[in-house]
Amino acid sequence: MKILLLMSSVPDTTSKINFTDGDTKFDENGIQWVINPHDEFALTKAMQLKEKHGAELVVLNVGTAKTEPVIRKVLAIGADRAVRIDVEPTDSYFTAVQIADYINKHPEFDLIMAGKESIDFNGGMVHGMAAEMTNKKFVNAVIGFEMKDGNTVEVSREIEGGKETIETTLPLVIGGQKGLVKEEELRIPNMRGIMMARKKPLEVLPAVEAEVRTKIEKFEKPPVKGSIKMIDKDNLDELIDLLHNEAKVI
Amino acid sequence: MSILIYAEKQNGKVSKGAKELASYARAYADKTGDQVVAVGFSLENPEELFQYGVNKVLNVTNDKLKDFNAFAYSHVIKEAVDKENSKMVLISSSNDSIYAGPIIAQYIDAGYVSNVISLPEDSDHFVVKRKVFTSKGIAYTAILTDKKLLRISKNSFGIAEKAVDGSVEEFNPPVDLSVYDEYKVVNVEKVTGKVPLTDADIIVSAGRGLKGPENWGMIEELADVLGAATACSKPVADLGWRPHQEHVGQTGKQVAPNLYIAVGISGAIQHLAGVNGSKYMVVINNDPEAPFFKAADYGIVGDAFEVVPKLIEKLKAYKANQ
Ligand SMILES: Cc1cc2nc3c(=O)[nH]c(=O)nc-3n(C[C@H](O)[C@H](O)[C@H](O)COP(=O)(O)OP(=O)(O)OC[C@H]3O[C@@H](n4cnc5c(N)ncnc54)[C@H](O)[C@@H]3O)c2cc1C
Ligand SMILES: Nc1ncnc2c1ncn2[C@@H]1O[C@H](COP(=O)(O)O)[C@@H](O)[C@H]1O
Repeated sequence: MKILLLMSSVPDTTSKINFTDGDTKFDENGIQWVINPHDEFALTKAMQLKEKHGAELVVLNVGTAKTEPVIRKVLAIGADRAVRIDVEPTDSYFTAVQIADYINKHPEFDLIMAGKESIDFNGGMVHGMAAEMTNKKFVNAVIGFEMKDGNTVEVSREIEGGKETIETTLPLVIGGQKGLVKEEELRIPNMRGIMMARKKPLEVLPAVEAEVRTKIEKFEKPPVKGSIKMIDKDNLDELIDLLHNEAKVI
Repeated sequence: MSILIYAEKQNGKVSKGAKELASYARAYADKTGDQVVAVGFSLENPEELFQYGVNKVLNVTNDKLKDFNAFAYSHVIKEAVDKENSKMVLISSSNDSIYAGPIIAQYIDAGYVSNVISLPEDSDHFVVKRKVFTSKGIAYTAILTDKKLLRISKNSFGIAEKAVDGSVEEFNPPVDLSVYDEYKVVNVEKVTGKVPLTDADIIVSAGRGLKGPENWGMIEELADVLGAATACSKPVADLGWRPHQEHVGQTGKQVAPNLYIAVGISGAIQHLAGVNGSKYMVVINNDPEAPFFKAADYGIVGDAFEVVPKLIEKLKAYKANQ
């Protein structure tokens, strides 16, 4: 089996978010970059499949050279090799075209694993668009994945207030999330992995021409909350009054 | 021309999300003079959408299409877009719609923007605000294509009644049902009878400050009084005190209710990442230095075991007087 992991490199969850250049750019100063958390669940599942069924695991990232430390981390955790398409992924459609182009040129992948969304721009679309562009079936928000006989797989996805289990076949694109593997199973690189990762191939490919369909013109911070109103614990009527008359939520 | 919404159902009826989409579409249509058209699948009460400004509901009655399938549904939506000459399509941020979003975008060749929280600034220069960085930023995003697909952020626009005269049409375009051949839903598990977390107007959430699972009775009671859903912090789910579906935050569910009540939760940044889209937040914590107080609208310093039962009594009295 051949597995392709789509990985986006994102600011660590505790990062302070700021903007520069007259609020037109994300301020990368002091940002710690990590594997997108949803992709991390997919990565661990990919490692488990590799260990159980034997598979080659290739990680694909669309990004500039600054994503390489994070790509190396994926290699240290256990991916066999990496491919980076050398361009700044500014628009989801543009990024999906790059991924689809790679997949179309490498039709040997049975399973393409992604996260359900990148936690930077929260698009939730790149993997789905790439699936559609390459004519592959796609399941999103995946919280369970098991191989059955031959090409058949059982996939569970999160639905409102529950889960749905689907029987389908490879090739397939999935968008993973928390639940796909247990949190305590998530892997971190060990020393040996880090040493080995240095020798694993990381191929850099040029981007292909593609349309850009959306463009961010400027950023702003969400409005700051007015200062908190403290209510005495012995005066809960005041809270009820505020919730009713000021917030109008009850 | 028209604005098309995908009107999801909940227990067979028009969902809350669909009403919010209708309200958004109506507000925009009032500026542009477009028609608002909804596509629904076996909706039991399509007429209810007229209340929120929908001029026409295309109701798919083909029994095979009763249950959601991202590919089949996206095909139907594309057919509706062609038939109604829609330039803009709106979907909600439910799991189903998030799943179908990129597929619809490809089928109709649209620029697609997620987590939209505002109406377009003007139609010549089509720019919408959307939430990015898990609600820590807002990006003004232009859509450069002719057709536009917007995924509206839950609870960010609100529901507004604006009744219009409408019509319901049965809509059964030919759809290639072979997509079901190699894609079969074999099981569905749903928590019934409870308000789904991501759909709730009010959420009562509790953290490690509650000391143990045996103390959740008062949290459930508070939720009952308010008609709220219950949630919890990550350690609470990890300790097995509460089911994992209740875990909210960076690694759990993202919620955006009108009111979020946090009891005995410290307010770590990863927790806030999942809840800071809430309109109003109330914090009950016995530590006046708890970080959550910096993010909330109303705060009470006190012991949860004292404050919550009192609050339940007060709310019961308030509700009885309504
Ligand atoms: C990568 C990563 C992802 C994470 N994702 C999430 C996530 O998605 N969601 C999440 O919630 N956390 C997440 N966390 C964990 C997060 O950092 C915090 O550890 C967690 O939110 C703390 O939970 P808590 O507030 O319930 O517990 P605590 O931090 O232990 O806080 C308990 C609070 O209860 C108060 N308290 C104690 N007794 C009482 C009483 N009698 N009455 C009133 N108040 C009382 C205390 O003052 C304290 O503020 C994540 C962490 C990491 C590193
Ligand atoms: N630049 C990228 N390179 C590789 N994969 C990506 C990239 N951006 C997004 N993806 C994948 O697509 C998923 C959804 O991303 P998004 O649409 O950006 O929210 C992510 O979880 C990744 O698996």
